[in-house]
Amino acid sequence: MMENKITGAEALLRGLLQEGITTVFGYPGGAILPVYDKLYDYSDRLRHILVRHEQGAIHAAQGYARTSGRVGVVIVTSGPGATNVITGLCDAMTDSTPLVVISGQVGAQYLGSDAFQETDFVAMTQSITKWALQVRRAEDVPAAIARAFYIARSGRPGPVVLDIAKDAQIGLLDWHYEPMTYIRSYDPDPEVDSAAVASAADLINKAARPLILVGQGVAISGACDELKRFAERIDAPVAATLLGLSCFPSVHRLYKGMLGMHGNIGPNWATNQADVIVAIGMRFDDRVTGNTEHYARQARIVHIDIDNSEFDKTVHADVAIHSDARQALLALLPRVHRSKHSEWIEKLDKCNAVERREVIDREMHHTGSKLTMGEVVAAVSAASGSRAIAVTDVGQNQMMTARYFNFTETRSLITSGGLGTMGFGLPAAIGAKIARPDREVCYIGGDGGFQMTIQELGTIMQYGVAVKMVVLNNNFLGNVRQWQDLFFGKRYSQTPMANPDFRAIAAAYGIAAEDVVERHQLHDAVSRMIASPEAYLLNVNIDETDLVLPMTPAGKPVDYIMLDRNRLFEFQD
Amino acid sequence: MQTPQRELFTITIYSENSVGVLNQVSNIFTRRCLNIEDVSASVSSVPDIHKLTLTTWADRPTMEKVVKQIEKLVDVIKAVLYTDDEIVYQEIALYKVATAKLMEENMLESIIRQHNARILELTTDYVVIEKAGHTWEIEALLGCLRKYGITQFVRSGRVCVTKSSIEYIDQFLEQQKERRKRCISGAQ
Repeated sequence: MMENKITGAEALLRGLLQEGITTVFGYPGGAILPVYDKLYDYSDRLRHILVRHEQGAIHAAQGYARTSGRVGVVIVTSGPGATNVITGLCDAMTDSTPLVVISGQVGAQYLGSDAFQETDFVAMTQSITKWALQVRRAEDVPAAIARAFYIARSGRPGPVVLDIAKDAQIGLLDWHYEPMTYIRSYDPDPEVDSAAVASAADLINKAARPLILVGQGVAISGACDELKRFAERIDAPVAATLLGLSCFPSVHRLYKGMLGMHGNIGPNWATNQADVIVAIGMRFDDRVTGNTEHYARQARIVHIDIDNSEFDKTVHADVAIHSDARQALLALLPRVHRSKHSEWIEKLDKCNAVERREVIDREMHHTGSKLTMGEVVAAVSAASGSRAIAVTDVGQNQMMTARYFNFTETRSLITSGGLGTMGFGLPAAIGAKIARPDREVCYIGGDGGFQMTIQELGTIMQYGVAVKMVVLNNNFLGNVRQWQDLFFGKRYSQTPMANPDFRAIAAAYGIAAEDVVERHQLHDAVSRMIASPEAYLLNVNIDETDLVLPMTPAGKPVDYIMLDRNRLFEFQD
Repeated sequence: MQTPQRELFTITIYSENSVGVLNQVSNIFTRRCLNIEDVSASVSSVPDIHKLTLTTWADRPTMEKVVKQIEKLVDVIKAVLYTDDEIVYQEIALYKVATAKLMEENMLESIIRQHNARILELTTDYVVIEKAGHTWEIEALLGCLRKYGITQFVRSGRVCVTKSSIEYIDQFLEQQKERRKRCISGAQ
C-alpha cells in the first residue's frame, strides 16, 4: 500500500495547487528542506520566486495579493527565516491582506528544547495573524492547508501561519483533499441586518450634507460598481482613505480626494460639516480622524464593515451594518432616494480650489532649482496614462503618490497603510508585477526605504521583473525631517543620509538606470522608463525642503489644516 | 471627556478546544495593559465546547471593545461581558494552617461554623480548610486565620453561570445547523 502514500511535503504542494496557487515567494533552509526538495518536482506547476531576504518574500506576497485579490503564499524556514517575516505578517494583519505563510519547524521531538533554528513561531505570531497553527503530523497537512486558505481569504482577509514540523513534512499520508467552506466558530459572511439597512437608508434619505468615506473593504468585496451607483444615486461627495484610493475613479465628479493627515481639504473640512457620514469598509484610523473628540461633530454615522470589532472602536456608529460592503450596498441601493446636493458639493470644490491654488500649484510649479516630489509623481502618473499600479514605500514618497498619482482602475495603489512599514515598497512592487504582468507597475520610494530592502534588486534581476522604480532622493529621511522641521525646531537628528550611487548599484544588477538632476531632464527620463519593457530605475534629486502639505498635525481636529508652515485653512463661501 | 468608571467584569468565553486560545485571549488584555484578576478554564455544558471565565477591573467602553476583539478570534465561538448582578458565581479557596496554633485557642469549631467552611484534612502538623464563596467571604476567613499562621493559601478563579434565560450556546448550536447546511451546499 506504500505506493499510494505521499509525504506531507508533497501534500502541502498539492494543497497549494488545489487552492489555485501558481506562484509562491520564499527562501529555503534546513527545517523546510523536504518541501523544497519536493518543489523540484513541482516547478512546472508552481513558480517559486527566490527572494534575497524573507522580509522581501512576504512583502512581495502582499503586493501580489493586494493587486490580484488572490492569496499570497510565502515559504520560509524555521527560526530566523520565520522571524524575518514578522513585520510583513503584522503589516498584512493591519491592512487586511490574505496571506498563507508556511514556515518550517524543527522535528517534533526537538520542540521546546532550544534546538538549532527553533523558535515558538505560533505563539509569537498569534497576536499579529488571523490564525496560526502548528502541524506535527503528515496526515494533518491537507486539512490544515484547506483551513488556512479559507480563513485567509474569507471575511476580513488576513495572514495565516502554518508552522510545519519536519516530521509532518517527511511523514506519509493517504492523499485526500477537501476545500474548507465552514468553520463552526467563524462566520465570515454575516447576513445583512435589514433593520440596520432601513435605519441607514432613513438617515441617508434625510441627509442635507451627506459624505461617503471609502476604505479598502470596497475593493476587497468587489463593490466599486455598487459604490459608484450608490454615490451617484444619493449624489454625495466621495472621499477615500489611503487604502481606499483607486476604489472610486479619481476623475469622477463626485470624487473629492483623500482623507486624513495629508488628505485633501474638501473631504477633511466636510467631515466636520456633514450631517450624515456613510463609512464603507474603513476603520476610522487615527491618521484619518485626527482628534476623535472633534471628529464628525455634526454627523450621524452609518458604518458598514465586515469586522464587528471595528464598530465603536474609535468612532461611535449611529447605525452599524455588519456585513460585506458589497452586500450592504446592494441592500441599501433600492432603499435610498435619488437626490441632489449641488450646493453642498460645491462647498467641497471651493475647499479643493483653495488647496489647488495654495498647495498643489506651488508643488507642481516650483520655482526652486530642485525638483519637488509632487511634480515627479504627477509626471510618472501622466506618462502611464493614469493606468499604472503605483506601489509606494512609506513616508513623504507615499503621501505624495497618494496625492499626485491618478487612478482609473481599482487595486492600483499598493502601500503599507496601517503599519507604515519602510522597505515595503520594492518587494511589494515585485509581487504586484508578477501578479499583473499586463499592467505597468511603478514603484515610488525614498532613498531611506529603498535601501531597507534594496537587496531585492537581485530578485528583479533573476526573474526579469519589469518594475519601474523611481527613487525620490533627497538624501534625508524626508518625513521625519518634515516633522523635525515643523514640530522639533529644525533639529535634524539622525535624518541626513549619505547615499551610494544608485545608478551604479542598478547597473551592477544589470538594471537600466538614470539620474535626474535638473527639471528639464524629468519628462524624457520618465518617458524612457515607461517605454522600457524591462526594469528601469530613475534616481531623482529632490529638494529636501519640500513638505507634504496640507497637513493636519497628529492629535489636532481633522479640519485644523495647515496650508504651509505659517497658515491655516479657513473656509470662505 | 469624563474618565469612565472602573468596575469588576466577568468575561465568559466559549471556544473550540484548540491549543493557544488562552494565549490569544490574554494577548488582547496585555495589549491594553489590562490585568486579568483570575481565570478558570473548563468544559461547558456541550462536551466539545470549552469555557473560559476571566475577571478584570476596567471600564465598560474598554471592555466592550475587548469582548469584540476576543470574539473576532477564529476559534472563539462567543464572548460575553457580565457584571456581578447578572451572574451566580463562586470561587473556592484552600487554607493550610499549623494545627498546634489553631488548637491552642480552641477556636476551630466556631471558625468553621461561622464561615461555613469545611476541613479537608487534619494531621498533627497542619489543617487544610476549604471555603467556597465570593471573594469577600474568602478574604474574611483569610483575615480570621491569619493570626494562627497560614502556611499556604490559594484561591481559584471565578466560575459562574448566568441568571438570564438566554442560553447562548444552545442558540449558537441551533443557528449552526442552518449555517452549516448553507455553507456546505453553497460551496458545491
